[in-house]
Amino acid sequence: MSAGPTGVASTGGGGRGARFIDWIDERFPLTAMMKEHVTEYYAAKSLNIWYVFGVLALVVLILQLVTGIFLTMNYKPSAEDAFASVEYIMREVEWGWLIRYMHSTGASMFFVVVYLHMFRGLMYGSYKAPRELLWVVGMLIYLALMAEAFMGYLLPWGQMSYWGAQVIVSLFGAIPVIGEGLVEWIRGDYFISDITLNRFFAFHVVAVPLALILLVVVHILALHTTGSLNPDGIEIKEKKGPTGIPLDGIAFHPFHTSKDLVVIIVFAIIFASVMFFAPEMGGYFLEHANFEPANLLKTPEHIAPVWYFTPFYAILRAVPSKGWGAFLMLAAIVFLFLLPWLDRCKVKSIRYRGWQFKVALAALAISFVALGVLGLQPATPLVNTGARIFTIIYFAVFLLMPLYTARERTKPVPERVVYHGHE
Amino acid sequence: MSSHILRQRMRSGLIALAAVLAAAGSPPVLAAGAEAGFQQHANNDVSNVASLQRGARNFVNYCQGCHSAKYVRYNQLARDLGMTEEQVISNLMFSAARPTETMAIAMRPADAERWFGITPPDLSLLARSKGPDYIYNFLRSFYVDPARPTGVNNIMLPNTAMPHVLWELQGMQAGKFEEEKHDGVTHVVFREFTEVSPGKLSPEAYDEFVRDTVNFLDYIAEPMKLKRQSLGILVIAFLLVFGVFAYLLKQEIWKDVR
Repeated sequence: MSAGPTGVASTGGGGRGARFIDWIDERFPLTAMMKEHVTEYYAAKSLNIWYVFGVLALVVLILQLVTGIFLTMNYKPSAEDAFASVEYIMREVEWGWLIRYMHSTGASMFFVVVYLHMFRGLMYGSYKAPRELLWVVGMLIYLALMAEAFMGYLLPWGQMSYWGAQVIVSLFGAIPVIGEGLVEWIRGDYFISDITLNRFFAFHVVAVPLALILLVVVHILALHTTGSLNPDGIEIKEKKGPTGIPLDGIAFHPFHTSKDLVVIIVFAIIFASVMFFAPEMGGYFLEHANFEPANLLKTPEHIAPVWYFTPFYAILRAVPSKGWGAFLMLAAIVFLFLLPWLDRCKVKSIRYRGWQFKVALAALAISFVALGVLGLQPATPLVNTGARIFTIIYFAVFLLMPLYTARERTKPVPERVVYHGHE
Repeated sequence: MSSHILRQRMRSGLIALAAVLAAAGSPPVLAAGAEAGFQQHANNDVSNVASLQRGARNFVNYCQGCHSAKYVRYNQLARDLGMTEEQVISNLMFSAARPTETMAIAMRPADAERWFGITPPDLSLLARSKGPDYIYNFLRSFYVDPARPTGVNNIMLPNTAMPHVLWELQGMQAGKFEEEKHDGVTHVVFREFTEVSPGKLSPEAYDEFVRDTVNFLDYIAEPMKLKRQSLGILVIAFLLVFGVFAYLLKQEIWKDVR
């Protein structure tokens, strides 16, 4: 990449620092990368509050990686010691309680920001061409995140850790022919045991985080290839000024970064409020029953997964047959992957789309939240009926999508992004 | 006990009295019907050090015979409850040799199994798994039941293996039950407790005794609770100040974006 008239310090000056940068640039494309991804990456100036959750997800990922490293220093992955080692961290390790609460609060907050990030994608059509791959990689991150959270939840070896894992792992038994053998292969034993704990630990601290980091890099590279979309769903690259810079775009740094910093601080305040004043979040972030050590002989009367899994858990329970329940649970995620090809409307943003899409998106959001709430309750007939209704709505949104999106009467999309200036 | 502690005691006694009066004045619907009706909030306060000290005394005298608190060290109690290690040794340590040891018990699990049918659970985290309110109500709802090997039963945990350890203090009470029909099925519904024999403590003083004990259990379940709350205020205050500067920086950078 040649140095333009806007060339940064490395081309001018000539101080010791600049010479050092030049030395590196001859051996590694540092300046070129900084320009491509930071100082000369242009995103629309009209990005609104919905566009902050990607950055926040990255912040939480880093927080989880760092706190996770420190937890690993004192955690003991064995059925005999795991529960006690967590209490040791909470009570005797200097600042151990803070690190552990950061990690446990971070797990739930990760899903909060990821769900909002995904909803943003749905609203403004971020999954549509040319961003299909970006969306699919994002969905893979979501899958990896669910695996990471699920396996991490076994590690404290509490009652819910144990029985939650028991329920979820046994779902694989619903697969015809190979099911039972597969379940045994996953557990490495005839029941959830010390062996299972050890392999989940290996996946939770090494394998899945590596996959997550790799996928996040691919996600960001794909994003920087297509460019960030905006609330109007307009490709800003199509309208460039004489300098080759998109007319509606502003550099990621310092513009978007300075805005993101404010958002990160606001997020940190919310995060700290939970972590310092309600780390259990009323039993939603840390379940009460998980403060009892795993007891292989005592099944809890009510097993509920952590809140971020409950929409899928509700779908599972809504179906009388375990096999079909597990299948629908999987389908609920697979349909999200297929979204770029199910939606046939050319217009991207909800601002200019027809009523059909707006109704469908609202139905999807409501049914997802409702399923999440129902999945937390014990399965009474009323809860099951509700879960069935919302399951049907959830799938109807996807199954009927090719039909209703083809018929939408859209509004004209403006040439340039709508931006009301900065007060 | 010092006059400070005495004052604390009187104050919390008044609070307990007020709570009892409030409960007495509440509509009868609460007491009838669902088993949850008689339950009250523990209203304990882990920042009340005097209450924690009394709770610790209650715990080592009445609970620790059978229940351990194996994640709690004696010297941590000394630090958090405003006591010297000597005070902890002479007042709270009946089984351990050194203050660096945890609140373990001498009873062997096999013996416990033989005597009670189960091993009494460790109580380090009970207040986090069950909640302080549960323990508060559990310790107040033993009633005479000749059908049980211990002679008592419990509303909160029916057929509990635990004997009424505090019977000398509370006295004995009987449970009044009535049969109710819902959808053609007969349910036995708990109505109220009636006194069989008085204890050494008045009902109010007993509630206070239980409250202190529950407070101690609440504290040992999360000893860093007060620390995290006070640190939280500092962290959020810092973030608010930092946020103001970050916002001003952002406004400055964005001022020419049209």
